[in-house]
Amino acid sequence: MDNELTPRSDEFGLAKADQSKAPITNHESASFGKQLLGFWVTLRTMFKKVNTVQYPEVKEPTAPRFHGRHQLNRHPDGLEKCIGCELCAWACPADAIYVEGADNKEEERFSPGERYGKVYQINYLRCIFCGLCIEACPTRALTMTNEYELADDSRGKLIFEKDDLLGPLRAGMVPPPHPMYPNTDDSNYYKGEVTTSHPSQGIAKND
Amino acid sequence: MSIQELGADQQVQVEMITCVIDGFEITVPKGTLVIRAAEKLGIQIPRFCDHPLLAPAGACRQCLVDIEINGRAFPKPQASCTIPVENGMVVKTQLTSPVADKAQKGIMELLLINHPLDCPVCDKGGECPLQNQAMSNGRAESRFEGVKRTFEKPVAISSQVLLDRERCVLCARCTRFSEQIAGDPFITLNERGALQQVGIYEEEPFDSYYSGNTVQICPVGALTGTSYRFRARPFDLVSTNSACEHCASGCAMRTDVRRGKTLRRLAGEDAEVNEEWNCDKGRWAFKYEVAKNRIKNPMIRDSSGQLQEVSWPEALAEAANGLKNSRSGVLVGGRVTIEDAYGYSKFARVALNTNNIDFRARLHSQEELEFLATAKTNATYKDLDNADHVVLIGFEPEDESPIVFLRIYKQVHKRSIKVTSIAPYASRGSEKLKANLIKSASGSEVSAISALSGLTSKSVVLVGERISETEGGLSSIVKLASDTGAKLGWIPRRAGEKGAIAAGALPNLLPGNRLISNSSARVDIAAAWSVDSVPSEIGLSTEEMINSDLQALLIGGIDPMDISPEAKIKLAKKFIVSLEIRQSDITDIASVVLPVAPVVEKSGSFMDWQGKVRKFEAAVDQTLNRSDVRILSMLADEIGKPINLPTVNSARVEFESIGSWDGEVSTMKLVVGAGNKAINNDEAIISSWRNLLDKGSLQDGEENLAGTARKSKVVISQSRAKSLNVSDGDLVRVSNNYGAVTLACQISDIDESSIWLPRNSLNSQLIRNLGVVSNSVVKVAKA
Repeated sequence: MDNELTPRSDEFGLAKADQSKAPITNHESASFGKQLLGFWVTLRTMFKKVNTVQYPEVKEPTAPRFHGRHQLNRHPDGLEKCIGCELCAWACPADAIYVEGADNKEEERFSPGERYGKVYQINYLRCIFCGLCIEACPTRALTMTNEYELADDSRGKLIFEKDDLLGPLRAGMVPPPHPMYPNTDDSNYYKGEVTTSHPSQGIAKND
Repeated sequence: MSIQELGADQQVQVEMITCVIDGFEITVPKGTLVIRAAEKLGIQIPRFCDHPLLAPAGACRQCLVDIEINGRAFPKPQASCTIPVENGMVVKTQLTSPVADKAQKGIMELLLINHPLDCPVCDKGGECPLQNQAMSNGRAESRFEGVKRTFEKPVAISSQVLLDRERCVLCARCTRFSEQIAGDPFITLNERGALQQVGIYEEEPFDSYYSGNTVQICPVGALTGTSYRFRARPFDLVSTNSACEHCASGCAMRTDVRRGKTLRRLAGEDAEVNEEWNCDKGRWAFKYEVAKNRIKNPMIRDSSGQLQEVSWPEALAEAANGLKNSRSGVLVGGRVTIEDAYGYSKFARVALNTNNIDFRARLHSQEELEFLATAKTNATYKDLDNADHVVLIGFEPEDESPIVFLRIYKQVHKRSIKVTSIAPYASRGSEKLKANLIKSASGSEVSAISALSGLTSKSVVLVGERISETEGGLSSIVKLASDTGAKLGWIPRRAGEKGAIAAGALPNLLPGNRLISNSSARVDIAAAWSVDSVPSEIGLSTEEMINSDLQALLIGGIDPMDISPEAKIKLAKKFIVSLEIRQSDITDIASVVLPVAPVVEKSGSFMDWQGKVRKFEAAVDQTLNRSDVRILSMLADEIGKPINLPTVNSARVEFESIGSWDGEVSTMKLVVGAGNKAINNDEAIISSWRNLLDKGSLQDGEENLAGTARKSKVVISQSRAKSLNVSDGDLVRVSNNYGAVTLACQISDIDESSIWLPRNSLNSQLIRNLGVVSNSVVKVAKA
């Protein structure tokens, strides 16, 4: 044990240093047969199917679980799923997410329940696309799309705001703020019992 | 009680007890609880209801342990927070006893049955004892499959505090705090069994001055503050230890900042000062620093009379020009740090070559000046803990220094000590202290003070700044203290006043309590400052400066409406250099305005009423730390007479190196009080003080806090109510030549010749409305 823990600066060490100074040379010249073997790889590849895609004219779909840009999802009536809990920001190993929560008011409601995400930013200069934020999200508000085209010409543009991240309003959804579906509470939303918007919530988007 | 809690003179031999916890032997004083003895060994027993400053309750049952005394075991696990250690006791916690461990897991499972899965939206999430202990001492999975009990949520039990009843684990910390510490039992546990819940009386909201502490000690998220609701998560916040700038109590504080913005302030821990508590004003009144009228850049008044933003060199040159060749003075204001006060003090003497400097931005007298320069005020919180009798003169601790109130109340609750208050009527605070009230109209307290008896050397006399409004008041107090040997404490309302005295921001005083009249003290200071001499003539007081023909004034944070209604008009005729955080009445009339930092953005120290120094660092990072002293130093350079205090730290070091005066001291020249005022039937002598929560400028921008302020009322006596033919709640008009105030009345046991009104509350801003605040005759009529 002692020998392992305390390296001694004795002649053994010096000898090792001397050895390392010796030049490393390969005296063996390659035979003709071996050189031919190398060209065989080249030859074989020439007749293979080409992997190159004419990007950006042609865009191949990614693997279905590819980690792309995030999306903030909506309930079927258009209310936001995000409750501003910051668990995504907490889980983020790169500190790429910034959230500020706020109170839902009766006259200005963005999500079911008491709280919504007032400010939501993801900094794509920092994001490492690990997906821990998606695992942390308690309401499935945050998911990842397959979109990978995330290059831009300034740092500011790569900080995505809530508006950039929110999912699109689909048919039947009412743009928030608007009240909850009549006679429901937040647990009905989480159980998936609200499947569409109600006329009292506002004018729904047509297809 | 441990040895530390007793005074040195009281130290008695405490019986020590030896017991065994988890196989380790420990010796502790008799009466120590098992949970506390385990803590000393580093063994953490989970708990919710246990709090070292509250009486044991055994309400949550989370701290169950196996106990055996002299070989005989308790049949079931016992709550370690309620059982004191005994000789021969063998305790097995969850670490060594599977029975205790199972019992704790069972309790945790029970507590979690009805606890909602709110953690993602709950403010406590991330700093929640329930969350933490459910992880460390709970089952990994719930076996409960039923429906959780739900309540309507949240319920606002006051405008500042919200209650989520379904999150409550019924630990009774909040109700015990309100009853035992604050003396405001407005919150109780109602109903029984599964429906048991925290509630308030239907008519009375939870309007305690200390309600914020219940939010801080709630071990779950059942009580949350409205202002901080959903603002941040614990991991977002950068915490800095700081000191409270609101009053002279001197609370240790914790300031939590997210991205340069203060989001909340919590009570810090200091056993010698505020223990673990603070008042709602200290906790919630911090939004003034982000108010819209913050001054960001220096400004000078242009030829058209408008303030224009200019560069620093331009503003400093303009200010130096105005101050340099004119007779000038310095008004410091009562909210400065010690370092800033020292800066003002040195600036006046060195750069302006004058002793015209006064920190008192309130009513004051020559007698008070004498008192501040000479009186020994050496009472401390510890003296209150050991006192046999506390006398309050011109001082309402609950309104004017809330932590002093808590300390007196603690001893009233624990030892039933005697409290005597000399005041016109028994306020809610003195009722809670069960004070023996000596009814006395404002202006005629002297006879009551002289008649006080039964004081010993263990008694404490606490005096408020308001007593300076009574001629002869402070003189009779000094006489009382020297005759009886009682400890004397002078408690100003503002945090900076004690420090300003120490720094010599008074017309008759140099730093370190050196009297200007003393030539060797002057030489002392001149040597320390490397100047030839310091001015020897006693300077002018605040009021004299305002009324005088001085041409220029340098003004720190003062409000002319705290001094007199004409102050602003008189000041407007002078060249004024104002160092301010926000636009104010002074910046309205100032020729040069120089922006300074609020407390969260600067470092420094306050001196509390005991004379203890409370250091704090800037809570917000990337701050310019524009403390007043830095700007004064630049201004002095510009004038050409440098004071060489470029940083807060340099001011601190220089001030500390000067030290206190240890030469001869003079005694106070006593003043004889005036007699009582004669009044007619429809007249009364006005008396007032400031409520804790009022229209004070540091409470701006915090509506939720203002919602818990006490309603403005005029207090009148039974016989006056009869003669005016009014009943409780009727409107009464109080008037004089200057103006009038109309308020609902409250009939109370008040001195017959007096009426009382709040000094600076909604609809009752006395200097603004009446021009007087005390000791003056006003007409009272039914409105």
